[in-house]
Amino acid sequence: MSRSSAGRTGGWLSRTLSRRRRHPLAAVTVLLVVLFACGSAYAAFAPSSQSPIHGAETAQSTEVEEGRQLFAIGCASCHGLRGEGAVRENGTVLGPSLVGVGAAAVDFQVGTGRMPMGSPAAQAPVKPVAYSDEQIDALAAYVASLAPGPEIPEEEQYDTSVDGADPARGGLLFRTNCAQCHNSSGQGGALTYGQEAPNLTGVEPKYIYEAMLTGPQAMPVFNDETLRPEDKRDIIAFLEEVQEMPDPGGLGIGRVGPVSEGLWGWLVGLGGLIAFAAWIVTRSASARSATKASSARSSS
Amino acid sequence: MTTPKSEEMTYPAEHSEHTGEVERRAADGDPIPDPGLHEPPPRYTDVDPSANKRAERQVVGMFTLASVFIVASIVAYVLFEIEPSEGVSNVGDVQVSNFALGITLGLALLLIGIGAVHWSRSLMTSPEFAEKRKPLTSSEDVRQDTLASFNTGAHETGFGRRKMIRNSMFGALALLPLPAVVLLRDLGPLPGDSKEHTVWDEGVRLLSDVTYEPIRAADVDLGQLINVMPETFRELPEHGPERLNERAKSPVMLVRMLPEELSPAQGRENWHIDGIIAYSKICTHTGCPISLYERTTHHMLCPCHQSTFDLADNGKVIFGPATRNLPQLPLAVDDQGYLIAQSDFTEPVGPTYWERGTR
Amino acid sequence: MSSTTPPDVSASRNTAIRGAGKVVGFVDERITSSNWLKRNLRKIFPDHWSFLLGEIALFSLILIILSGVFLTFWFKPSMAHITYEGAYVPMRGIAMSEAYASTLELSFEVRGGLLMRQVHHWSTLVFIAAMSAHMLRVFFTGAFRKPRELNWLVGLTLLVLGVANGFTGYSLPDDLLSGTGLRIIEGGILAIPVVGTYLSYFIFGGEYPGEDIITRLYAIHILLVPGLIVALVTVHLMILWYQKHTQWPGSGKSEKNVVGYPFFPIYMTKAGGFMFIVFGFILLMSATVQINPVWLYGPYDPSQVTAGVQPDWYIGFLDGGLRLMPPWEISIFGYNIPLSVLIPAMILPGVILTLLAVYPWIEQKVTGDKREHHILDRPRNMPVRTSLGVAFIVFYIVLWIAGGNDFFATVLEIPVNWVSRFLQFSLILMPPIAFWITKRICLGLQRREREKVLHGRESGMIVVSPEGEFTERHEPLDPHEAYELVAHERPVVREPEPATDPNGVPNPNYKKSLRRARLSHFYFADVIDKPTRDELERVHHHHEEIAPSSNGETPQHGASDDQGGQHH
Repeated sequence: MSRSSAGRTGGWLSRTLSRRRRHPLAAVTVLLVVLFACGSAYAAFAPSSQSPIHGAETAQSTEVEEGRQLFAIGCASCHGLRGEGAVRENGTVLGPSLVGVGAAAVDFQVGTGRMPMGSPAAQAPVKPVAYSDEQIDALAAYVASLAPGPEIPEEEQYDTSVDGADPARGGLLFRTNCAQCHNSSGQGGALTYGQEAPNLTGVEPKYIYEAMLTGPQAMPVFNDETLRPEDKRDIIAFLEEVQEMPDPGGLGIGRVGPVSEGLWGWLVGLGGLIAFAAWIVTRSASARSATKASSARSSS
Repeated sequence: MTTPKSEEMTYPAEHSEHTGEVERRAADGDPIPDPGLHEPPPRYTDVDPSANKRAERQVVGMFTLASVFIVASIVAYVLFEIEPSEGVSNVGDVQVSNFALGITLGLALLLIGIGAVHWSRSLMTSPEFAEKRKPLTSSEDVRQDTLASFNTGAHETGFGRRKMIRNSMFGALALLPLPAVVLLRDLGPLPGDSKEHTVWDEGVRLLSDVTYEPIRAADVDLGQLINVMPETFRELPEHGPERLNERAKSPVMLVRMLPEELSPAQGRENWHIDGIIAYSKICTHTGCPISLYERTTHHMLCPCHQSTFDLADNGKVIFGPATRNLPQLPLAVDDQGYLIAQSDFTEPVGPTYWERGTR
Repeated sequence: MSSTTPPDVSASRNTAIRGAGKVVGFVDERITSSNWLKRNLRKIFPDHWSFLLGEIALFSLILIILSGVFLTFWFKPSMAHITYEGAYVPMRGIAMSEAYASTLELSFEVRGGLLMRQVHHWSTLVFIAAMSAHMLRVFFTGAFRKPRELNWLVGLTLLVLGVANGFTGYSLPDDLLSGTGLRIIEGGILAIPVVGTYLSYFIFGGEYPGEDIITRLYAIHILLVPGLIVALVTVHLMILWYQKHTQWPGSGKSEKNVVGYPFFPIYMTKAGGFMFIVFGFILLMSATVQINPVWLYGPYDPSQVTAGVQPDWYIGFLDGGLRLMPPWEISIFGYNIPLSVLIPAMILPGVILTLLAVYPWIEQKVTGDKREHHILDRPRNMPVRTSLGVAFIVFYIVLWIAGGNDFFATVLEIPVNWVSRFLQFSLILMPPIAFWITKRICLGLQRREREKVLHGRESGMIVVSPEGEFTERHEPLDPHEAYELVAHERPVVREPEPATDPNGVPNPNYKKSLRRARLSHFYFADVIDKPTRDELERVHHHHEEIAPSSNGETPQHGASDDQGGQHH
């Protein structure tokens, strides 16, 4: 059997990634991606850098208008007709104000299926996404038009295939800023009174970026001034690295550490060995089947 | 047996196997007599030569297969290398190597074990035996002889009579553990007042942890959380325990909420900068670093034992086993707009200890 | 297959046997070993699966030592700071201690290193689980009674040492999870009144965490505690060997004998084989199930923490106590006693260990029984002891669940605060409920067995009498089975001594005897006794009257169910 045979499927993922990076076309691909990203970034940034009030481009104003209509139907009942928020009769918040939350918050909340929320709960659960991409963009454009807020990040900001993305540094940042709630390998964890920090496995980099930027639900905000875009990109690089990595020791059993390990130790470890013990102490099969008494005795 | 002299050793009176109290139990006797040892029927391998042969072949097969797996484990060791390479983790290689080595070695061992047990269960012919138990108490003669030897020896030492020797010896032996304890003195320095202070001080800038950038008050958004270390931390020597120790005491979490959401205690009204407020990250219960901040509720949860603190209300404990509020770091802004500390913490950070707050 | 033929005196032609003979001869000529061998080669060991729990512990201990020696060849117990440049990319360039870096090296750069780490950790979990299960078996069967109190204490000490060594080992890799565990220990030490702060500074070499603790724990982990464990295991086995094993009640078994198979060859091959099975099984587990992936936790930094902080399972109950404790703290003249830490971290384990240690003597006080016991109690025949044991298990499990309350809250999608509140109540309410239920079950089982002995097994066959009455036919028991059900002793409920003697003088022992009598009542008042010989005879008479010769045969008076086996 050669060393690169099919038996070593476990490592293929990390290797494919690396192979892709070393591929002769990789540099060209990266260049193209960067060029494209720059181009689209310019396209996206140029108009939006102007104040929305000045927005002369018809395409954008129709998008805002479309968003306003969608908002009035789907969101206004909780967030108010102009996104100013709503309060219940008893004074508790029905839906928070969306003035200044920015397009990123809308893209995250609606794009991950958290909004519209359905019924009030400790935390908005993740549901199937209710709007199309265009509709989400329209909603985001409308909410962004209310007041300046965080923009939807450009792909280059969370594209970790560019040179310089440092997963190790990202890990350090992650353990300092994120692991306390999301667990050191991003498995999530419990918060107070039914809230929880979600598992980050499989979450799109864009949404991770937006979550840091906007602080959805109970999550605090990590803005670009204090957690710079390159810091965020490193964090995403770390998460990708850890999540794509196979578990070298075998089954990951949830990657949550000692609780599941203890259960395995008792149930599978000791349980399996006791099963062997039960086999060891019996005699091999008797020629006569009338062995009721002896079997009853060995199980007393 | 004569009454022993007070200086002589004797056995306790109650050593017989039966005491009067319990004698009653057996008096009634067993309602059903013991039918004697149960003779199990013969096994297939005892009566059927072909079954016997088959079992033998199975045992031999298992031992042989074990040898094959042992060789396979060596092959696996050589075959599956785990050379690290530039830029890529070798985690996949380790997974393969671990699996191959473990499976081959594990199966080899398991087969040796199962083979041996199978051999014993189906081919070895010992019947069940009953072995007599000997009484665990020595016989009365031996006990008396032992006593006599002991008492003779004790008499020869004069242990009972020479009380001065005895007591002075006990005295010396009793003191002996002291040097052992004293020798351990240099295990660590005395605490002194080191638990009362951190490297926070008046005018020390707050630095964002990991990146060590100073924080401009204007850059802190509503709902923001920043994990913070003091600027003075960077002046500590790179090597040696100082940095690590300070990381266990000084870390701070900085959050911002609406000023009207805060209800500062008396004397703390000017400790926040327009809703920017800072607390020690070290839990007052057993010292876990905490920064599980919920933006909406202003709760701070400790992941170790679920103590929950309300950062809007002076870090008050609202759930869990912690008994003390989180210490708050008074904040100010320097002339360049960066956040600084007004002073060190006004109370020791971390878990309660005996003399906390007495200095 | 030739065990019945007498051994051939002339030298065997089999080289292996000849060689063995030479070795035995050589040793005997120097240390008279045949004397000992003669007595012990055919020593009898009874067979039961529950007797192998201790063996699982022993064999996993051997595996721990073997894999541990392997690990010491690479592990560096140093907290010196280095920058990692090893094989694991997501850590490259990160500052960490040498201990953590060498753990990564072991995992990713030494072939078989990860396997041995996982073997070491899995066998530790199994070791402590097996010791606990073994101890429960000893408790529930009364195997701790005279003459085995010494071994009970040795075993309890071994369990404590095993847990201590498990914890020190858990801390050595200096990863984020284990460092957080150490921090909690530091909090526990600080809670000790008067000397807490000083103790902490001595243990950690100054302020927490310092740079000494890993090195110190290492010495304890690989030298001090293992030495004690190996010494005590030796003592444990020597006592066991000398006292001979206990056995379950049954026909042919008595307090004066031990029934089973000879050490050589049956027990030796079975135990030896089981050793390899334990090794193989744990290796297979280590090949396929990941444990303690420290690379996912990151190096320890006292300012960082991860969600889901939990210790290994055997520390879990202590952590659970810390989580459930109400926030109590008392202050005397400005000095503080944080009860919320002190009680679960120090007092609770102290109380549990003390109770376990003295239990054999407590029961001896209750029963007044100072005789040797080699026949085990079937747990149902000691309902109160069994129920106390189950209540303790429930108490322990509630604490254990509390130690992972955030984990269970996430899995069950229940707020962690509710889980904590629920467990706080459970900790107080569940053990008494468990006690009550277990006792009912035991008494029910006893009642059923009593019926079975008196009337035989329910056959499910309905018989109509000439008067039209329906009765179920009962089949007599096999005599071996019947004997097993009545082989235990009758419990004696002790009555207090009279308050005054016949002359009216107050009895000085009255209060003491009253206390004992109360305890005795608590233990034995409800026990369903096995039938007496009279009762058995009366029932047999009765059976004859209502169903004369129902199957053509009459059971003999007074001869119990001797012939029962042949009735059908």
